[in-house]
Amino acid sequence: MRMKVSKWKKTIILDIMLAPALILTLIFSYIPMAGLVMAFQNYKPALGMTGSQWIGLDHFEFLFSIPENIQLIWNTLIIAGMKMAANLIVPFIFALLLNEIRRIFFRRMVQTIVYMPHFLSWVLVGGILIDLLAQNGGLVNQTLTSVFGMKPIFFMGDGDWFRFVVVVSDVWKEFGFNTIVFLAALAGINPSLYEAAEADGAGRWQQTWAITMPSMLPITIVVGTLALGSILNGGFDQIFNLYNALVFDKGDIIDTFVYRYGIIGGKFSFSTAVGLFKSIVSLVLIVMAYRMAYKLANYRIF
Amino acid sequence: MYLPFIHILAVSFSGKAAASANLVKLWPIDFTLDAYVTTIANGNFLRSIWVTLQRTVIGTVFGMLVVVFAAYPLSKETSSFKRRNMYIWYFVFTMLFSGGLVPYYILLRNLDMLNTLWVLILPGAVSVWNMILLLNFFRGIPKEMEEASLIDGAGHIRTLIRVYLPISTPALATLSLFTLVGHWNSWFDGLLFMTNHENYPLATYLQTVIVQQDFSKVSVRPEDLENISQRTVKAAQIFIGMAPILLLYPFLQRFFVKGIVLGAVKE
Repeated sequence: MRMKVSKWKKTIILDIMLAPALILTLIFSYIPMAGLVMAFQNYKPALGMTGSQWIGLDHFEFLFSIPENIQLIWNTLIIAGMKMAANLIVPFIFALLLNEIRRIFFRRMVQTIVYMPHFLSWVLVGGILIDLLAQNGGLVNQTLTSVFGMKPIFFMGDGDWFRFVVVVSDVWKEFGFNTIVFLAALAGINPSLYEAAEADGAGRWQQTWAITMPSMLPITIVVGTLALGSILNGGFDQIFNLYNALVFDKGDIIDTFVYRYGIIGGKFSFSTAVGLFKSIVSLVLIVMAYRMAYKLANYRIF
Repeated sequence: MYLPFIHILAVSFSGKAAASANLVKLWPIDFTLDAYVTTIANGNFLRSIWVTLQRTVIGTVFGMLVVVFAAYPLSKETSSFKRRNMYIWYFVFTMLFSGGLVPYYILLRNLDMLNTLWVLILPGAVSVWNMILLLNFFRGIPKEMEEASLIDGAGHIRTLIRVYLPISTPALATLSLFTLVGHWNSWFDGLLFMTNHENYPLATYLQTVIVQQDFSKVSVRPEDLENISQRTVKAAQIFIGMAPILLLYPFLQRFFVKGIVLGAVKE
């Protein structure tokens, strides 16, 4: 008994050190989770969560019965899916190319340059893109018309072009940063493998196919599966700073919809239901993705 | 890859007429600093910078304190701190699932936190991701150092401050930098929780003026309206918003990049 008390005394300080983080998380993460009951109510701010009328799954039925809402889910899946593929392939190839540069100084310089946009906010990048891609007189359309003799493209007003802009600009901003993890994997490959291959007379291409590619497979699987967990994340910051009413049909995603409908439109309950749908699907996907990453590549975060 | 930045920079230094006629490409035409003068003379802009400075400094210090003090106990082995796993899952679960935007907004509104500086600092203070990175880093520190310190009679807090923190400076620098940049760039919380435009941080102010092009929320005098909607002024504001990151980045690059590698270091 005495032992137990002194052990408690020894570790109680650790609990105290954790207290601020525990309390902040309780307030700002767990209490909002309790607020999810709104999704099953017809929430009226004046009545509060205890006084509002319960309506069961009506909001969810509504979500799946209106074509516009289904379109919203499709938009999110399409945009997130295209980004996921592009953000896996481009950094992978870029890392391989960068790895072929033998001059350390030059390689460092390229890395520094391509990482930078990752640290800029989408507000600024969005502002630049809107200016650059303007239909009348934006630099891109000016170049297309005067140099290539094309008609100006309505990048920000045509849904398909908008999706294209979203994917390309996301790759442009993030590909450098996404190469870091691949470069780390490349640096970890045992150099004696290459030496042995060279002694056997393998060329650079053969070495890439026989050594580099298989060695990169585990990390590629990890990055790919973990990305699956965010298949319902179209990228709120980016879309919100680029879109406008003209492209809602093809560019609106779940998160932007929840903001517009819930916060601006005041339809608290329905948008909570939409958010809950997203959270649950994401939870299931993330858990599955981590399990897969652990099984396939023995990856754990902590 | 950097052409968009150069173009914006060129526009910001160009004369009004040339810029609105879309003549500027990658080099300023009719070089002038007018756009910067107009921007700096704008009271809304200056006020928003002040809000951002406050939230960035207080937010980074506060956030790092919370994360450091939480990461230390969580880096202990389960054998010496039984409740560790339970606490870790308590935090990690918030990364997997959330109440979503609307309940979050309603909570902060009910807490009467709208339009306070704290709404920009407290809700985001616990970065579970940073906590995991730091606890993984702490676990790489040889146990003998901790044991020696505890045997010498130092408590856990003293061990953290005297033993752990000094050898963790690279990790702490990286995480502080990430927190700092996060605060500087953060715009959505300002838009969501500041109903009074005078409390907008810089990023939110820029979002309203440049992206939404909504001037109704930032009460400008009619005579200033023309100035603010100028293309050159917008470009100058974008550039000022990027400037701290552009200036710091080349020097601190190794810290910026370390963040992601930090997470990869584990046994």
